[in-house]
Amino acid sequence: MGTNLGKFLFKNNVAILFLLLSVGAFAAANVSLPFLFEELFTRFSRNTFMVLSLLIPVVAGLGLNFAIVIGAIAAQIAIFLTVLWGGAGFVGVLMAVGMAVPMAILFGFLVGKLFNSMKGTEMIGGMVAGFFSDGLYQFLFLFVLGGIIPIANDQLMISTGIGVLNAIVLENSIHHGLDNVAMIHILDFAFFASLALSAIMLIVRGVKKQPLNLKQPAKVVLPLAVLYALGFIPAVGRFLSADRLMLFYAVMIALAIVVLYSLYHIIRRKESEKPTRFILYIVGAAVVFGLTYIPELERSLMVVRLPVLTYIVIISLCLGIKWFMNTKLGQNMRTVGQDRAVAASSGINVNRIRIIAMIMSTSLASIGQIISLQNIGTMATYGSHQQVALFSIAALLVGGASVQRATVKQALLGVFLFHTLFILSANAGQSLLGNAQIGEYFRVFVAYAVIAVALAMHAWVRKSNKQVITQIDPRVAATAASAESK
Amino acid sequence: MMEEQRYVLELQHISKEYSGNPVLQDVSLTVKKGQIYALMGENGAGKSTLMNILFGMPVIHSTGGFTGTIKISGEEVNFLSPHDAMEAGIGMVHQEFMLIPGFTIAENIKVGREDTLPTLPSRVFGPDLERLNRPKMNADARVALDNIGLDISEETKVAGLPVGYMQFVEIAREIDKKNIKLLVFDEPTAVLTESEADQLLKVMQSLAAKGIAIIFITHRLSEVMQVADYMTVLRDGELVASKAIADTSAVEIAELMVGRAIEKLVDDDKNTKVSTEQNEVALSVKDLYVDMPGETARGVTFEVKSGEIFGIGGLAGQGKVGIPNGLMGMFSSHGDVEIFGEKLNFTKLGNALSKGLAFVSEDRRGVGLLLEESIAHNIMFGAMTTKRDYLSNFGITKLLSAGRMNRHAKDMIKLLDIRCVGGGQRVGALSGGNQQKVCLASALTMKPRILVVSEPTRGIDIGAKKLIMEYLAHLRQEEGLTIIMISSELAELRSICDRIAIVSDGKIEDILAPDASDAQFGLAMSAAAQNSEVS
Ligand SMILES: Nc1ncnc2c1ncn2[C@@H]1O[C@H](COP(=O)(O)OP(=O)(O)OP(=O)(O)O)[C@@H](O)[C@H]1O
Ligand SMILES: [Mg+2]
Repeated sequence: MGTNLGKFLFKNNVAILFLLLSVGAFAAANVSLPFLFEELFTRFSRNTFMVLSLLIPVVAGLGLNFAIVIGAIAAQIAIFLTVLWGGAGFVGVLMAVGMAVPMAILFGFLVGKLFNSMKGTEMIGGMVAGFFSDGLYQFLFLFVLGGIIPIANDQLMISTGIGVLNAIVLENSIHHGLDNVAMIHILDFAFFASLALSAIMLIVRGVKKQPLNLKQPAKVVLPLAVLYALGFIPAVGRFLSADRLMLFYAVMIALAIVVLYSLYHIIRRKESEKPTRFILYIVGAAVVFGLTYIPELERSLMVVRLPVLTYIVIISLCLGIKWFMNTKLGQNMRTVGQDRAVAASSGINVNRIRIIAMIMSTSLASIGQIISLQNIGTMATYGSHQQVALFSIAALLVGGASVQRATVKQALLGVFLFHTLFILSANAGQSLLGNAQIGEYFRVFVAYAVIAVALAMHAWVRKSNKQVITQIDPRVAATAASAESK
Repeated sequence: MMEEQRYVLELQHISKEYSGNPVLQDVSLTVKKGQIYALMGENGAGKSTLMNILFGMPVIHSTGGFTGTIKISGEEVNFLSPHDAMEAGIGMVHQEFMLIPGFTIAENIKVGREDTLPTLPSRVFGPDLERLNRPKMNADARVALDNIGLDISEETKVAGLPVGYMQFVEIAREIDKKNIKLLVFDEPTAVLTESEADQLLKVMQSLAAKGIAIIFITHRLSEVMQVADYMTVLRDGELVASKAIADTSAVEIAELMVGRAIEKLVDDDKNTKVSTEQNEVALSVKDLYVDMPGETARGVTFEVKSGEIFGIGGLAGQGKVGIPNGLMGMFSSHGDVEIFGEKLNFTKLGNALSKGLAFVSEDRRGVGLLLEESIAHNIMFGAMTTKRDYLSNFGITKLLSAGRMNRHAKDMIKLLDIRCVGGGQRVGALSGGNQQKVCLASALTMKPRILVVSEPTRGIDIGAKKLIMEYLAHLRQEEGLTIIMISSELAELRSICDRIAIVSDGKIEDILAPDASDAQFGLAMSAAAQNSEVS
């Protein structure tokens, strides 16, 4: 038991260190819990998607994808065009995504090609590719737009007409385009979409004379239908017509789902299975419910209002990645990531898989950047994309991920810890040193320090894992070292 | 019609160069349906290269391709990748393991050919997005494993399995392929004990009976005589003979391979024997338990005298491989071990190494070699790092030893007959057997007081094997080196060891003299089986 705990602590040392740091910073920062919660959940909705876009390249053995900057660039070009062409609200977001993703696919393909010619040094290549594209992007926005392609729009262009403004205000465009979709609309859409899809599926099965298997679509449609019907009750309808969900309610709904789910499993379980696990879930839910009676916490939960659709999109991506890892393509990526030689000799087209991984990552990153900017409401034309890779990678590493291994859980944990520290560091700096400016520098310092510390600590864990072998055979240590230096 | 189908495989005038060095010259051969075709030759003769060409391996195409034509069932083919070769019904068990340690056995068997079920997205975006049908993958893997008699759960991770098991997993993977016409086995028996190898040979025969043609590469002549129908010998990249097995003999094949007559494994072994009875105890092992999956040691006790050559043999899975791995701290273990009277501390990693115990692992790719580094670097690196303190204290000596490096490497290359272009060659560009020789050279360079070698002659041809055995005997005689040798080949142990411990069911069943009768060895080895039958 003791050794298990030790192992757990050791394996999660990075996350634990940051947890401790966060607690310390919270004590020093002198901010209220509701403030922290509000900031944290805003940042969580902004940045998580981007961090998740890093996972697939790690699985495919491409390491931390510094080239997500290029996805962000695609997003910003798309947003510029959306604003130019008057796209607004949710439709504007769809427009931006519709333009960003094809660009990101192209860019991802090119970067994938590049990475295939520099296997083993993808991370440094990704950084350089990021800087290079940033240069091209600046050339495009500073000179080509207005300079070569005439654009008459004083909301977007600087007064000379050549070059794009430093900051593009998205206020009347896509600001909160995703965040502000009312729950009732989401529900309507989900209900009718599931109906339509089920109908198509059943028709296809009917035509192909396969068994209809009505149970399967019913599982999805029926619960949605119940919710849809509930929406017609005035009180529920009013609740659902909001576009934000109070965190307090979100927690309550989640707890209710956990309890119902556990009860379902306890009732439906086979004789042989022990219900211990599910009973534990219920106990856990009860404990959490009890905690919400702590006034400070209750207030914090009441303050935070979650943008519903944004969170649905993030959760879908988490589930999507899990699902994807269980597909043929996902398995091929894992194989390539583990050993390219084995993959090749098993008939897997290694280069193709790596390119697909890059395309997926870059596309997801472009969507991530749109999600982030529609929430912030202004786009720093020449700056919004620049730190994207740095901060996302820092967050992922803080969650305990490494160059070879990263999971959805680590990404989520990492975003929470990293941004907690990020929020608090400014305040902590301010209250400790009494200077707002220093607090600002402190933030950036923390981001870089996080990466440095996380990488160093990871090296430490890896080294001690390898020690078994390296002590026997020091040459393996050298392989590891030379692999790292590459 | 029938006439065209006669040959499953025709290789015509195949030549290949690696950066200007010809490694295959105008090799032609034909293999019939259901035939077991042995491909023989010394280390570096070009056997693996020929098979890599056949299988469309990337290493061939990235080094300038080859010349000549390949026909499968009478049709000319041009494989650009292993994928093409697999489509055409060719399977291959490579000389080096092609397994992913982090995957389960089932995942490894199905790698690249996973069973899937359609999903909604897969109907739109294509079969890449079908989801894995794990129950089917596991069930198929089970069938393949049962077919070759491997009794281990298909959901076990490959990492940490004994090498013998890994070999069978590779074979299971090939057997699981459904449209196979031609199977290539590149030294599949090198890591197997005799009984395991027998089992494998039986599998091969049953495959051949189903009409699958098999190309079989091995250095063990007895296996060729036992199962092969036809054989070809390569020497320095040239075909020296192709004959039906019925028309030749083991002696003739051996002579064809090396180009001269071959005598016994170690000449006049009586001369090399020295009495070590009176010497101090070099290694004492009491109640050693090693938790190595598939090779568990459960209370091993023995003593080795200084200057002795002590052999450890036994069937696979009985724990003989676990002993050295445990001593070196590769797997968790406990027990009382003393090296020249000093207690070995298992929890302190690398303790054995610092007490003068050097280890040549049976898994050379896993823990043995730096494939991207030069031969000289690989030979010297271990020695340089173990004396790290010394080097960092006196910076200049570092330079000095770097200077000695090449000379020493050159000596080793000559001594062990490492076939290479020079000490600067990349180890990854050596043939399998020659890589093994580099491993050995590296361990010897550490100047250990006790040398532990596990499967020292894995994949090494008969000529070189003799050389290595003689060199080990010489080291013992001239320098008083204590050697512990773990081997699956009893003949090898008996040729140089003073005493041979037979491990059975994780314990030492008996310690025998090398000239003990075959019956005694057989009895000790099968002790576990008998015990379980009785009880
Ligand atoms: N990737 C490579 N680059 C350069 N030379 C190579 C490469 N692979 C093999 N060689 C050389 O080709 C020759 C033939 O090697 P090959 O692996 O075919 O030998 P082999 O007959 O399989 O020997 P073994 O019995 O030791 O496995 C050797 O001299 C080797 O050094
Ligand atoms: Mg070979």
